[in-house]
Amino acid sequence: MSAITTPFGQKPAAWSLPYRGKVGMASLIFAESAIFTIFVVAYLFYLGKSLTGPTPREVLETPIFFTICLLSSSLTIHFASRFLERGKRGEFLGLWFLTIVLGGLFLFGTGREWHRLIYQHGLTISTNLFGTTYYSLVGLHATHVTVGLLMLTMVFIFGLAGRVGPEQSARLDVLSMYWHFVDAVWVVVFTVVYILGR
Amino acid sequence: MSSDAMAIQTAEAADRPWVETLHEWVTTVDHKRLGILYVLYALFFLVVAGIEATIMRIQLMRPHNDFVSPQVFNRMFTMHGTTMIFFVVMPILFGFANYLVPLMIGARDMAFPRLNAFSFWLTAFGGILLYFSFVGGFGLYGAGNAPDVGWWAYAPLTSRAFSPGHSTDYWTIALLVSGFGSIGTSINIIATILCMRCPGMKLSRMPLLAWLYLTMAGLVILSISPLTAAQMMLAIDRYLGAHFFDTQAGGSAALWMHFFWIFGHPEVYVLVIPAFAFVSEIIPVFSRKPIFGYPVMVGATLCIGFVSMSVWAHHMFTIGMSSYTNSFFVLTTMVIAVPTGIKIFNWLGTMWGGKIRFETPMLFCIGFLFQFLIAGLTGIMLGAAPFNWQLSGSYFVIAHFHYVIVGGILFALFAAFYYWFPKVTGRMLNESLGKLHFWLFLIGFHMTFDVMHVPGILGMPRRIYTYEPGRGWDTLNLIITIGTFIQGIAILVFVANLVFSYFRGQKAGNDPWDAWTLEWSVSSPPREYNFASIPTVASRRPLWDRKHPEDPDSLYD
Repeated sequence: MSAITTPFGQKPAAWSLPYRGKVGMASLIFAESAIFTIFVVAYLFYLGKSLTGPTPREVLETPIFFTICLLSSSLTIHFASRFLERGKRGEFLGLWFLTIVLGGLFLFGTGREWHRLIYQHGLTISTNLFGTTYYSLVGLHATHVTVGLLMLTMVFIFGLAGRVGPEQSARLDVLSMYWHFVDAVWVVVFTVVYILGR
Repeated sequence: MSSDAMAIQTAEAADRPWVETLHEWVTTVDHKRLGILYVLYALFFLVVAGIEATIMRIQLMRPHNDFVSPQVFNRMFTMHGTTMIFFVVMPILFGFANYLVPLMIGARDMAFPRLNAFSFWLTAFGGILLYFSFVGGFGLYGAGNAPDVGWWAYAPLTSRAFSPGHSTDYWTIALLVSGFGSIGTSINIIATILCMRCPGMKLSRMPLLAWLYLTMAGLVILSISPLTAAQMMLAIDRYLGAHFFDTQAGGSAALWMHFFWIFGHPEVYVLVIPAFAFVSEIIPVFSRKPIFGYPVMVGATLCIGFVSMSVWAHHMFTIGMSSYTNSFFVLTTMVIAVPTGIKIFNWLGTMWGGKIRFETPMLFCIGFLFQFLIAGLTGIMLGAAPFNWQLSGSYFVIAHFHYVIVGGILFALFAAFYYWFPKVTGRMLNESLGKLHFWLFLIGFHMTFDVMHVPGILGMPRRIYTYEPGRGWDTLNLIITIGTFIQGIAILVFVANLVFSYFRGQKAGNDPWDAWTLEWSVSSPPREYNFASIPTVASRRPLWDRKHPEDPDSLYD
């Protein structure tokens, strides 16, 4: 046993390493960014290459209100976890719920737009290249919003049950990193689809 | 007292029903057990994919042979390539990472043990899904019963019109699933290396293996993800009628090539960087010298990682890109030879003036050095666009990349097996069988892959199921096939050695090679918790410091 306990050297005075949750989430965000990059490249590459209509210029409407909803949910989740850090559970739960509502509104907006495109303009994923790339890119993002909302709702339910305290704030920071990422991706998707793509 | 306790423990272990042991292995989240599962899983598929290669070689042994039908031949080369890359080499490398990284950086487990188990099972089910296509691939059309579109699955061959039935879907979904597994494991490796190091294990004191796996995991994240995206697109095309790669609707077949090779070329470095890692650990120990130029090795590795992200289109010179694009990819491809050359010189510098012990792990490392150099040289030849126009799609390319993967990566893997087997099982691999394995495999390898360059230069295209006699390829192909059988025999010797030594091998003890990294400080096999107390390190060679308190490395650190 003595062999095992023999130190290999002096213990350093200060030894701190980054939190594994943050590093893991950062790595996941890199991987997801690469996936989104490929879809964005495909969208840009096929701009204007559809053989038939409808084209983006004819049918797309800029979703300004729902974009504001999604982007402001980044602020609410940030302040929610700051409140949690200071132990203010009521404020935390309120802002957390607001985040879920804002995210839900955004999803509703996407759904409404898709409904309009499909039923009014007859644009589906198999209509033309625009339909293919548009639904894939926006759909991939909406999938990420949905996953995020599921996780936020889970935390909210735990919060209502009184199981979320300041000791979990480091973990919730990891979740909010993901949510910020989903918002940042929307900035890119919005720019590509609604500004550059028209 | 202690021997009594030992006896009771073994008696208990023997009495436990096998279902319980199996249950323990299936539900395990221990990094060592998952590492072993990865390696065993990969070894199984190594044999399967090896049999597929042998079937192809028997078919090509002589002109107008009819050992298998053209359809079966297509399935064989597709399954051989896909299996070897995704279900042999990747899992085996992840297995070694799982087993070694926590032990080498003084941690008790990976950063996310449950994610680790989840990733393994994703990879495992991906492989099962791929092979289930042999049974389930008929689909409604009765067409094809295993993927036959080649391992890079170029569009539009993968569209519904040209690939009816479900075989291509099995291919897509299997790679998607195992890709998620690979990304999960890579996230785990990065988080483990950055967040779980024992006190004193600064980044600059990590074993090179940890540095190289950090680079490899980063590359996996940035290269498997594009493949995942491309597979999603292909699945959307096939199931929802989208047009990503549908040329009839304005889609581009070249886009699939770009997406595939943005994954495909970094993937080569994903596979070879861990091979560098094994060699960088083994050569110093068997030369009795610390690694030469540690910081330069780290720098060269990171450099390879960065540059490898921008060389992909050298797989596509023949599709007719602009001369500027061609020149760019020729240049980046040539640039990558610089850090790789630095590495080779550093390994030679480590051996230079050392007291070299020619045991089996070292023999495989020396084989690696020679063969990887030659593979790099033919790589430079193929990296020049005009030369590539001549030989792309010929057996010369096949010979080149098998020189990398077999002559480089597989040799380094064998070295790693001989080196770390004692740590994992507590017993040495048999040295005479090991030497037999080495020499047989070396002879078989050179018979197959040296000779394979020649029919390539003579114009033999890849992926043909047979050929006309009298083109000067006949004897060469026979020699190549004989070499394949010699390699097969060598693999059998290796497997026999693994089994024999597991039961009857000489006891290894904690540190059979007189090595310097932390995994050799614990018992063989290590206990579940790895380290009874978390170690503290003060240099790159903690075990040297302990063995030589009069002249520890930490004095100069």
